[in-house]
Amino acid sequence: MMRFAWRLFLGDNETRDVVVVLAAALVLWEIGVYVFQPSPLILPAPSAIFAAFLETPGLFLRHLGFTLWMTCLGFVLAVVIGVALAVGIVYSKFLERTIYTLLVALNSIPKVALAPLFVIWMGTGPEPKVAIALMLAIFPIVIDMVLGLRSVDPDMLALAKVSKASSWAVLIKIRFPCALPSLFAGMKVAISFALVGAIVGEFVAGSRGIGFQILVAQGQFDTVRVFVSLLLLGVVGTILFFLVDYAERLSLPWHVSQRGRHQSSADRA
Amino acid sequence: MAPPASSETAAYVALGRVGKTYASPRGPVAALVDINLDIRPQEFVSVVGPSGCGKSTLLKLVAGLEGTTSGTIDIGGKPLDGTPDRLGVVFQRDVLLDWRTILDNVLLSIEFTRKPTADERARAAALLNRFGLGGFEHRFPWELSGGMRQRASICRALLADPDLLLMDEPFGALDAMTRDDLNIELAQIWQDTRKTLLFITHSIAEAVFLSDRVVMMSKAPGMVVDVITIDLPRPRLLAVRDTPEFAAYVHRIRHHFAELGIVKE
Repeated sequence: MMRFAWRLFLGDNETRDVVVVLAAALVLWEIGVYVFQPSPLILPAPSAIFAAFLETPGLFLRHLGFTLWMTCLGFVLAVVIGVALAVGIVYSKFLERTIYTLLVALNSIPKVALAPLFVIWMGTGPEPKVAIALMLAIFPIVIDMVLGLRSVDPDMLALAKVSKASSWAVLIKIRFPCALPSLFAGMKVAISFALVGAIVGEFVAGSRGIGFQILVAQGQFDTVRVFVSLLLLGVVGTILFFLVDYAERLSLPWHVSQRGRHQSSADRA
Repeated sequence: MAPPASSETAAYVALGRVGKTYASPRGPVAALVDINLDIRPQEFVSVVGPSGCGKSTLLKLVAGLEGTTSGTIDIGGKPLDGTPDRLGVVFQRDVLLDWRTILDNVLLSIEFTRKPTADERARAAALLNRFGLGGFEHRFPWELSGGMRQRASICRALLADPDLLLMDEPFGALDAMTRDDLNIELAQIWQDTRKTLLFITHSIAEAVFLSDRVVMMSKAPGMVVDVITIDLPRPRLLAVRDTPEFAAYVHRIRHHFAELGIVKE
């Protein structure tokens, strides 16, 4: 676990770059606030934000944990349902005409606007948060997965046909592995969308989560606490993204985008 | 060694007045017209013709990947229904799966329907060894050169010991030297296994070097314009290409194409 965390954050240059750039941005921010002295109501200094976090770290982390839980539930459900839908869409002309058409049409309305509807349907508990996270995350997954499942070399499919392969064998041995790079591309977009969905759900109704914390702090004009929440979201969002990225590296050592990744980091070192 | 195929032997692949027409926005387009062709068991037949003449379509029809518009195809004495049994296919692109090792790629043609036996795994390794890929079994396709990848894809087609082998310009994407190597290797493996082989190419020299008979096709719509029997001794080594007999065959085919206005002389 330690080794994993180490590799994730400091083990290779790419992630070290991220940490260094973010740290530099915080330092610039601190200097800017020191020099220009804006009202703390508008822009508090990073040091003040850290101090506010350290006053009640348990409170923030508890709410963050809830948001994280909603995000991950929504994301995992989106992956499971999205992949199943994509397979259905690719294998069935009927599903392609109905579900896929419907999905593409739905995708063009701002889904965040549907959040209040979910509260009417599901109440103010965790369910609408998960549902909104799921709803936002599932689109990139279905669309990328459908693309991936279809991007199989026609000659490969011909080879499967003359080898008398069943459609199941074609799905498992060719289409699915072939679609994995696209699936991961979709998952990287989806994980951020799921976090957005969870926050929006908390904005609309409920009494838990970082989104709720932001609303409360806004009501009190407590800008510092808004910023604590925002920074925590930034950190969590980044970690979630890199977790998906790390999973991709583990699953796709063969893919063009991954080849020689170690090599190039070593070259730069 | 198997006895040489004689003209009395029943054809393994028999095409009778085969036609193929595609629908297009500007009406039907004929790709193949009235193709009559018999391939005897253990015979190496090449099809040469200008690009777009429908020679790849011909292969797809024999492989059962596309249906004919007219005419009949019999394989092993039975009308073709779906894809033929005991068939191996090699395409111009090797279509190896990037996430499988070379050995697992070769085993794929069996794995589509069942788990390969230990015996078949050993056979796959032996085939790879035979094609100079010993030691590369556990490498991935992207670690190999184009020629090595195409060798692996030939191994994949041979693994299930097919009765009929179809090759669609398998060496078309390779550089000239690699192509020469693979021509010799294919000639040798054919000599050893005597598969019935239908080979599509746009290289006249390649067709003459490898084949018992060369089928010449016209520009689209594709028709058989001539069938030339290549009476060069086997086994053939690359040196055969320097003989006057070889040159005469190549000249005759090219001249014939020129007469028909298919190529410039």
